Amino acid sequence: MSNITETILTAPDLTHLQRLEAESIHIMREVAAEAERPVMLYSIGKDSAVMLHLAMKAFAPGKPPFPLLHVNTTWKFREMIDFRDRRVKELGLELLEWINKDGVQRGINPFDHGGAYTDIMKTESLKAALDHYQFDVAFGGARRDEEKSRAKERIFSFRNPGHRWDPKNQRPELWNLYNTRKNKGETIRVFPLSNWTELDIWQYIYKESIPIVPLYYAAQRPTVEYNGMTVMVDDDRMRIPEGQTPQTRSIRFRTLGCYPLTGAVESQANTLPEIIQEMLLTTTSERQGRAIDKDSAASMEKKKQEGYF
Amino acid sequence: MSDQNDLLSTDIEAYLHQHEQKSLLRFITCGSVDDGKSTLIGRLLYDSRMIFEDQLAALEADSRKMGTQGQNIDFALLVDGLAAEREQGITIDVAYRFFATEKRKFIVADTPGHEQYTRNMVTGASTADLAVILIDARRGVLTQTRRHSFLASLVGIRNIVLAINKMDLVDYSEDVFNSIIQEYKSFASGLSFESIVPIPMSALAGDNILTKSDQTPWYKGPTLMHHLEVVPTHDSDRSASFRMPVQWVNRPNLDFRGFSGLISAGSVKPGDRIRVMPSGRESHVSRVFLDGDMEFGIAGQSVTICLADEIDCSRGDVLTGIDDPIEVSDQFEVTLVWMNDAAMQPGRSYLLKLGAKTVTATVTALKHKVNVNTLEQTTAEHLELNEIGVCTLSLSQPVAFDSYEKNRETGGFILIDRFTNDTLAAGMIRSALRRAQNIHWQSIDIDRTARARQKNQKPFVLWFTGLSGSGKSTIANLVERKLFELGKHSTTLDGDNIRHQLNKDLGFSDADRVENVRRVAEVSRLMTDAGLIVLASFISPFRAERQMARELLPSGEFLEVFVDTPLGVAETRDPKGLYKKARAGQIENFTGISSPYEAPENPEIRIDTTSLSPEEAAGTIITELEKRGLLRID
Repeated sequence: MSNITETILTAPDLTHLQRLEAESIHIMREVAAEAERPVMLYSIGKDSAVMLHLAMKAFAPGKPPFPLLHVNTTWKFREMIDFRDRRVKELGLELLEWINKDGVQRGINPFDHGGAYTDIMKTESLKAALDHYQFDVAFGGARRDEEKSRAKERIFSFRNPGHRWDPKNQRPELWNLYNTRKNKGETIRVFPLSNWTELDIWQYIYKESIPIVPLYYAAQRPTVEYNGMTVMVDDDRMRIPEGQTPQTRSIRFRTLGCYPLTGAVESQANTLPEIIQEMLLTTTSERQGRAIDKDSAASMEKKKQEGYF
Repeated sequence: MSDQNDLLSTDIEAYLHQHEQKSLLRFITCGSVDDGKSTLIGRLLYDSRMIFEDQLAALEADSRKMGTQGQNIDFALLVDGLAAEREQGITIDVAYRFFATEKRKFIVADTPGHEQYTRNMVTGASTADLAVILIDARRGVLTQTRRHSFLASLVGIRNIVLAINKMDLVDYSEDVFNSIIQEYKSFASGLSFESIVPIPMSALAGDNILTKSDQTPWYKGPTLMHHLEVVPTHDSDRSASFRMPVQWVNRPNLDFRGFSGLISAGSVKPGDRIRVMPSGRESHVSRVFLDGDMEFGIAGQSVTICLADEIDCSRGDVLTGIDDPIEVSDQFEVTLVWMNDAAMQPGRSYLLKLGAKTVTATVTALKHKVNVNTLEQTTAEHLELNEIGVCTLSLSQPVAFDSYEKNRETGGFILIDRFTNDTLAAGMIRSALRRAQNIHWQSIDIDRTARARQKNQKPFVLWFTGLSGSGKSTIANLVERKLFELGKHSTTLDGDNIRHQLNKDLGFSDADRVENVRRVAEVSRLMTDAGLIVLASFISPFRAERQMARELLPSGEFLEVFVDTPLGVAETRDPKGLYKKARAGQIENFTGISSPYEAPENPEIRIDTTSLSPEEAAGTIITELEKRGLLRID
């Protein structure tokens, strides 16, 4: 028996990260082979970072055969936009940015318009972008461990012509065989990270040295208390509540979104192992940092039915 | 858990290193809500710290509002996902849950237990390495226990945990435990399990879940968690012969041509001789690649393989080792689990996806169906939702495959409806039919082109479809007269006549209508092979069958002529008095009255008989044939 044969026969089982990686790559290649106009939704956060990294692997030494799409609400952290532009340039990829111009003109903002803001600048804007470019399949970075209604969602999740999700009418998904055939006007959201957990994501970022937005690391940043959260004053559009002046504190973010709606945590963690350590020792789940989920347990299910990712 | 937590706070890098080495186990839990399934999963998540404080607060609030455990936490609420399910207290779909210990990460497919959810259970089981079958200790082995065990075995799960739950309600009785095991084993000996591990437990009280219970001193086996951590995974046999379905041909530039896919069995390394199936071409591996060169790839990895020779290979082909080549066939015996409300009709054609290959498949016969509760085999005409049957399938082209028993990835397939695009069935290949292996096409010197040339014409089929009394036969007759005058050789196949002759054994049920059209389509093909022009007039109400007829013929040789007459008009004409009888209830399954007519969506020719006379209609068809280059008028 040659050495290499012996190495193969005695190699340890694949690790959970290796198996998750293989599954995600398989899903992406299947979409590339069967979709007419696929696109990858790139939200700049850590899940998107992992998804993009996997896409680069899946098609190496070539480039992923689809563009990236960023739906910009115009209220993202400035560091996110800088990071996005730098990453796309480094990797030599095509990025499409979509802004709901009508919403901007109407002055829709996260301070005055609450739920309507998310609806108009995110949900409606995403639908308009997909319709405009006629994308038939869109990759998203959602994971099943994020909350309860996602746990039941398929990896290939069909949307009717109005982009609505019908949880009662999902196709069975067997083995690693995906039925990608669409009816007229239907589109598919594909979630290659479905079976990853938050810890898997961080562990993989660590193992593969994947670049992430610096906002995930603790640093001294100007903050105010807003809506029951610690919010970073990212630019002069922030409406500072009466009686407060911005306080510089050592904070970081567990998720990234629109800065006035994203709660920071006080932290000193400025290396990846420290972030992971903090995450494992902390007792608050990830989505609590986002204002969107607070209404009711069933709120995400409702939003998803309406077309929110 | 506490050692792990120490490491987490004292040496995070060591902790991360340890966690990076974890393997993955996917399992399914089978049982109904009453057996405490959701409570068990909730507890596994809770005990392995996968529940955060804010979720816990919500859970406590929900438990008081909707729970069934008084002031205690109702773990079941943690896993019942969709709003409708939470209100009704049932689980209606497959949900995936995640938890991890220091040795393994686990993915749990949580599926409902009732018979009407057989498809959900099969879906969840298709990717599982192990099944946890819950039994309520007070009730013992039930019909549903047998059903779950049969389905698990069918889908190829080899490791079973028999979770004998609610032991607290039978005073932790060893006798109860033993008698349940005995009953189960006598039943399960007929199934193909490698290991059955019975564990006495109480999900509610936490007995033998994470830690050994003081209540069961007589029990010497492992706790549930311990067993899940050590049981061997599906993660394959490295010495198995290499298999990789090609998903994607990676050709970014002229210097690189690779074949990408997920290795489904064995291993591969540079220098290995491989074969591309079904073509059988051989080459050897020059590189195994992901984002860099790899020394080797093993089952479960997604890779890209470069070959030493420029041989033909595309998506849907399978790369295999040369020692144990994969089989190739176009006819199979398979097990189908039917998953759609529209029943399976033998004779109808579907799309079949196996690996990265999609082909057309026709169910040629339903041999029997299996009662999922008693395992009894009975004859049947169709398969309804959630029914399981053994069938023979005929494919439009040969594909590379293994039996499902040998390899899930190269032996498992799905059937897809060609019109609604629904996933209709999960299929498992049992074997190729000997017929397909042994019958070879007789090659013939005079071929269809030669025969057509001799007649100085192009063969094609004009397929007239429309309601009874729409004017199909009248128009077809006029078209044939015109063709005859032009010196063309033709023949007519008429619905009524064929039913008196070739198809006199068939009735008008949906299944018989399918077979009727199949035979006519096959005859049409033989006629066009002979060089003839065929005029076929059949109501042929179903799109699927007309599509099947179309696919039997070379592209461009099948023209669908939709003789479009509104039902009201056809009924007024009623040349044979059939509508009257149908309205009076004297004819069953009459198209337009008691059986649907699915109008063509894109017919080659549409004839509106309310605005054209039969003569004009025939003229329109001749003109269209000329325009399409099928008819040369000298």
